[in-house]
Amino acid sequence: MSAFLTGTVPGLFNYWVVIALMMIGFYTVIAHDNLVKKLIGLNVFQTSVFILYISMGYIHGATAPILTGGPASDHAVYAHPLPQVLILTAIVVGVSTTALGLALIVRIHEAYGSTEEDEVLAADFVTQEAEQAKEAARSRAAKAAEPHAPGGGDDGAEHDHERDQDHDYNYDHERDRRR
Amino acid sequence: MSIEILLNFGLLVFLVAVALALAGMRHLFPVAMLTGLYSLLSASLFTLLAAPDVALTEAAVGAGVTTVLFLATFGLTRAREKPVKTSRRAIGLAVTATTGAILVYASLDMPRFGAADTPVQTHPLRHKYLVAEQHEIDVPNTVTAVLAGYRGYDTLGETAVVFTAGLGVLILLGRGRRTKRSDEA
Amino acid sequence: MREHTVLRVVAQLIIPPILIFALYVQFHGDYSPGGGFQAGVILASAIILYGLIFGVEAARAAIPPRALRIGASLGVLIYGGTGVATMAAGGNFLEYGVLTHDPVHGQHYGLLIVEFGVGVTVASIMIAIFYVFAGRGRVKGREE
Repeated sequence: MSAFLTGTVPGLFNYWVVIALMMIGFYTVIAHDNLVKKLIGLNVFQTSVFILYISMGYIHGATAPILTGGPASDHAVYAHPLPQVLILTAIVVGVSTTALGLALIVRIHEAYGSTEEDEVLAADFVTQEAEQAKEAARSRAAKAAEPHAPGGGDDGAEHDHERDQDHDYNYDHERDRRR
Repeated sequence: MSIEILLNFGLLVFLVAVALALAGMRHLFPVAMLTGLYSLLSASLFTLLAAPDVALTEAAVGAGVTTVLFLATFGLTRAREKPVKTSRRAIGLAVTATTGAILVYASLDMPRFGAADTPVQTHPLRHKYLVAEQHEIDVPNTVTAVLAGYRGYDTLGETAVVFTAGLGVLILLGRGRRTKRSDEA
Repeated sequence: MREHTVLRVVAQLIIPPILIFALYVQFHGDYSPGGGFQAGVILASAIILYGLIFGVEAARAAIPPRALRIGASLGVLIYGGTGVATMAAGGNFLEYGVLTHDPVHGQHYGLLIVEFGVGVTVASIMIAIFYVFAGRGRVKGREE
């Protein structure tokens, strides 16, 4: 037990805290609905990874990897510079993606009026169902207006590339009726 | 117990406390302030772990840019969060606890923090970046030498990433808020 | 926040040292902790502080958005241009040693130039992002 307290715990405490921070960030991302809270959870996750790397590059009693020159630098113990380089890049990329994510959230709020994910998804489903109902009503009206149109199922003037489903449905129906 | 170990321990415990507060608070303006505090604590930790470049970047970025952006976003959108549903909370806790347990079990194999004989420290790159660098690049700050010299291509990509993200933000928010919804096809 | 005298006076006192510190960090990145990213973000912090205290319009008048657009592209161009210049001088892409007669001196110059490019881009982008976020929702239909 004492070996655990004096050997393992100081040796692994950094990594356990890293795991704890990672899990707190992970929980915030998956459980919270608010989009900005998800971004904050992602930031916490990112920072925990930074701490992991910097902890791996550290030696007890090490100094910053800046060569001081002169006779003292021969005996100095330096921290490893490579993890610091990687984390420098990661910090700047992290703030870039955070800024872009926040810009997206502002636009989402302006379009939907809410930043809660379930409300945004519900609004999307409502819009999708309304659009499907409108399309079905429109195709029914077009078929009722021209019952014996030759040359297979042209839906009239408004033919979008997105409405190919609609177009195929009309086309098969016309061909089946002519048989 | 040297002062370094105590400071390390204290900073890490504070980090966990602030992270818990960040996750739990529903009033979002204090959350923005707490992200600034979180960034300051991690910058202090980086300084303690002999990484001053990283600490400088994290402090400037966290306190200067990210906090202001979060505050601006909370001003433009809602400033309060709805409470988390209980089912989501339970599933989230279950998944998180399982993943955390697996990670802790895996961490028992990791080399001890601060040891000098870990695979990271005994790799030949350490000699290249700290000793051979004196003859090839001869710049005292080895982090800058590696960042812009040995790994200069990655830094070019990173600068392009910053530029692209800024471009994206300008495209998304560059024009004023539209008043009509109909022209947002 | 203009009415808060303490904030205004302290900001007026502290913004010039922040700007000089950003320059120091940029060009002493070889000898002390620093470099392009840190300098760019510190410079952006100074301008953001100015914008927070004296208003985004005052900050926009001081550093116009057009200059930021040019600055952002210029930084990436400087970095990539250094690589192309080294290729034109006979070396590989971003092989700074061929820039001067002495390879080690060439590395110094190369490092300084590319870090300058990085600093310019990062500062411009951070300030531009701040302008866009802070100016949103106040003026309708305004173009950047």
